[in-house]
Amino acid sequence: METTPLLRVEGVGKAYYSNVVLKNITFSLEEGRILGVVGENGAGKSTLMNILFGMSVIEKTGGYTGSIFVNGEEVHFRRPKDALNAGIGMVHQEFSLIPGFTVTENILLNRESLNYTVAEEVFGSCLRTLNRPAMTTRAESAIKKLNVDLDGETLIAELPVGHKQFTEIAREIANSSTKILVLDEPTAVLTESEADILLASMRRLADAGIAIIFISHRLNEVLTICDDIVVLRDGEVVLNTPTAQTSVRGMAAAMVGRKVESIAPENNEDTRLIGETLLEVDHLWVDMPGETVRNVNLAIRQGEIFGIGGLAGQGKLGIANGIMGLAPAGGTVRFDGKPLALNQPSAPLAAGISAVSEDRRGVGLLLEESIAWNIIFSAMQNQGKFLKPLAGGLVRVRDEAAICACAQRYIADLEIKCVNELQIVQELSGGNQQKVCLAKAFETNPRLLFVAEPTRGIDVGAKKVVLDTLQRYNREFGMTIVMVSSELEELRSICDRIAITDRGRIAGILPASEPSENFGILMMGTAHEGAQTA
Amino acid sequence: MNAIKNFIEEAGWPRILIAAFLVLLFVAAPFVNVRLDASLSDTLVRFGMNGVMVLAMVPMIQSGCGLNFGLPLGIIAGLLGAVTSVELGVQGFAGVCTAMGIALPIAIIFGWGYGLLLNKVKGDEMMIATYVGFSSVAIMCIMWLVLPYSSPNMVWGYAGQGLRTTISVEEFWQNAIGGIGSFNIGEFFYFPTGMFVFFFLCCGLMALFMRTRTGTAMTTVGSNPEYARASGVNIDHMRTLSVIISTVLGALGIIIYQQSFGFIQLYMGPFYMAFPAVAAILIGGASVKKASIVNVIVGTILFQGILTMTPSVINSMIQTDMSEVIRIIVSNGMILYALTRVTKVK
Repeated sequence: METTPLLRVEGVGKAYYSNVVLKNITFSLEEGRILGVVGENGAGKSTLMNILFGMSVIEKTGGYTGSIFVNGEEVHFRRPKDALNAGIGMVHQEFSLIPGFTVTENILLNRESLNYTVAEEVFGSCLRTLNRPAMTTRAESAIKKLNVDLDGETLIAELPVGHKQFTEIAREIANSSTKILVLDEPTAVLTESEADILLASMRRLADAGIAIIFISHRLNEVLTICDDIVVLRDGEVVLNTPTAQTSVRGMAAAMVGRKVESIAPENNEDTRLIGETLLEVDHLWVDMPGETVRNVNLAIRQGEIFGIGGLAGQGKLGIANGIMGLAPAGGTVRFDGKPLALNQPSAPLAAGISAVSEDRRGVGLLLEESIAWNIIFSAMQNQGKFLKPLAGGLVRVRDEAAICACAQRYIADLEIKCVNELQIVQELSGGNQQKVCLAKAFETNPRLLFVAEPTRGIDVGAKKVVLDTLQRYNREFGMTIVMVSSELEELRSICDRIAITDRGRIAGILPASEPSENFGILMMGTAHEGAQTA
Repeated sequence: MNAIKNFIEEAGWPRILIAAFLVLLFVAAPFVNVRLDASLSDTLVRFGMNGVMVLAMVPMIQSGCGLNFGLPLGIIAGLLGAVTSVELGVQGFAGVCTAMGIALPIAIIFGWGYGLLLNKVKGDEMMIATYVGFSSVAIMCIMWLVLPYSSPNMVWGYAGQGLRTTISVEEFWQNAIGGIGSFNIGEFFYFPTGMFVFFFLCCGLMALFMRTRTGTAMTTVGSNPEYARASGVNIDHMRTLSVIISTVLGALGIIIYQQSFGFIQLYMGPFYMAFPAVAAILIGGASVKKASIVNVIVGTILFQGILTMTPSVINSMIQTDMSEVIRIIVSNGMILYALTRVTKVK
């Protein structure tokens, strides 16, 4: 029925300085159709939407390449207002509502119906008053289009999360010029029944002629509702197909890919001794904001590299932080047969467990101190290393010579690029900072090491050094390593077994040699539909 | 050229300007009939009097509790020690030792409670500390009246009870520490050796402490509390310890001050005592998050130098009393400058 599609994205690419995040993205969207965009965290979905909506972060970092056409005309949005004027409405993952205003006021914010007043003649239109009845009618008609039970007079602060989401959507459709609606994971915060209502209203909106871009991690929803599906991986479109021609398995395979698979078999040739259970986790819960762990049972064996994967927010980071005592936790954790005290950061350190934090700059490093201090501090505090007696053993002070020697050893060993061991850590690049974090953990000679997101935000070369080093310490010193990462291929390249978390629980544990789509299915929370656990 | 540039960067413009101003005052002094040797001696005496109280700022800055605006709390502990020592009538060096011995446990208890309070208001320490200082002074205004001291040297003559605002220690232990090994050169130059020895002893102990395991942990807590926690350090303990050390140094500091000054000042005396100490360490180059012993020494010399020299030189020059105005501008201006300064990231 359409000769010119409503939205056409052609060859769009984006690089943050030298880091390419989007390459040659091409797809089109026609009136009244729903396009599903899926991809792992970091696949480039958010960047694509930022470009589409003209977010300032794009312009500030050098703009994008390629072109975008709306109704056949090329557009180049420099600020969100341009996109709004062109008829693109966006509902973000984070709510942008005013809690103290009513639903109606939020829906019509800055587009209110106004009454004429005399003062306006003197001071301009800013002194017009609100036409409440007209506003109520307009808000109600928008809510009606969604077919939800939402009272326009309720304050946002008093609404349940699901209704806030509906308010956001109602705001976009109340704008009569909206032709394209972008929904960024709208169902993530909804209960199942709410999600069903939302999906039904999306269909209704589409039938009314609005084109919808639907971003979701729930593949089943995407399959149910969308007409077309675009799968992104590492900034590229890897699958662009009508829904009828794909399946959950097909999408999962496309999402996770299998590009690094060739590295994986290598580590199966070694002759390591995988021993008895070293760490036993029983009914662990962790109250870590955004990464809640609800009920995790794990057994990690001596000498293995154990991977924990899963999408953001599903609790994979919470496991490590909970066991290390950095977030409130409960349940039982047994290390080497002995129970481990939770909620007490010094207990795991004393027992021989160390961790490399996912929050490198916030938790992992003393940014304003030297490399040497960063490396030795944990070992000094917990094991009394690097102290020398003074005045006949009366006091023990820092042994600066030993500290420097130790730091120099790691600088050489881990190829940390720096001026010398006294350089301030803040001045190092991300990759080298990560190496300092590793050195800090290694210096405590842990029997078990948690490594969370070790390669986040670092360049390819440093990535390789980090992964190789982890593997080397595992091989040479028999260090048991638990690696938490959102990058599945990275886990598969060095781990023996990989657990996937979903909604605060372990969805399944598979050997790293399993085909990647099996992991993808676990991640998508569709395990009950056919993935076998090992 | 590079050497000069490096020096300027190391020392910082504020310090160079203030030092230049101070040198200028010393140069100008003889021309307005102010004796150089007397001025120099005054500066050194004031340096010795105030040094320990400035040093008291270091532990709390290092542990991330910010500047100790609650110094009056430590000073009150010192005052209680001093007053009690006078009440007991102990004289000379023993008298000062008694004062310090009594002040020490009081300061530890005060510091412990103050530390617990500051642990509850992380992020707003300096604001709360200011009011801890102010309100403790106010409470003590009542206490000085009702505490059962009875030495005729200290109580109001007409009522026979309640402590006077100013109590002389001349007959008890004036210059009991400053006088040890002190000497004169000529008529006007006096050097309080004992006070300097005491101050540098305190500095040495502090430097040593900062290099121990506990001292290192304290600095780390100030630098990044999350890092410290992840390394198994108990943040609250470290912070409380730093507050206790700071309060104790405040107590010792005021006793040193009194034995040189010759008077114990009660009631509103301690009210503004924190500000000169804060200003001095900031002039010395410390920031709200980092301070060293060098900052203490340099800052105290510069700040006390300015305070000594401006009244005598400027007043002689312009024939009016500007000293107090200049003192307020310098000390408060310095605090303002330091609190609003953003740490530069290279």
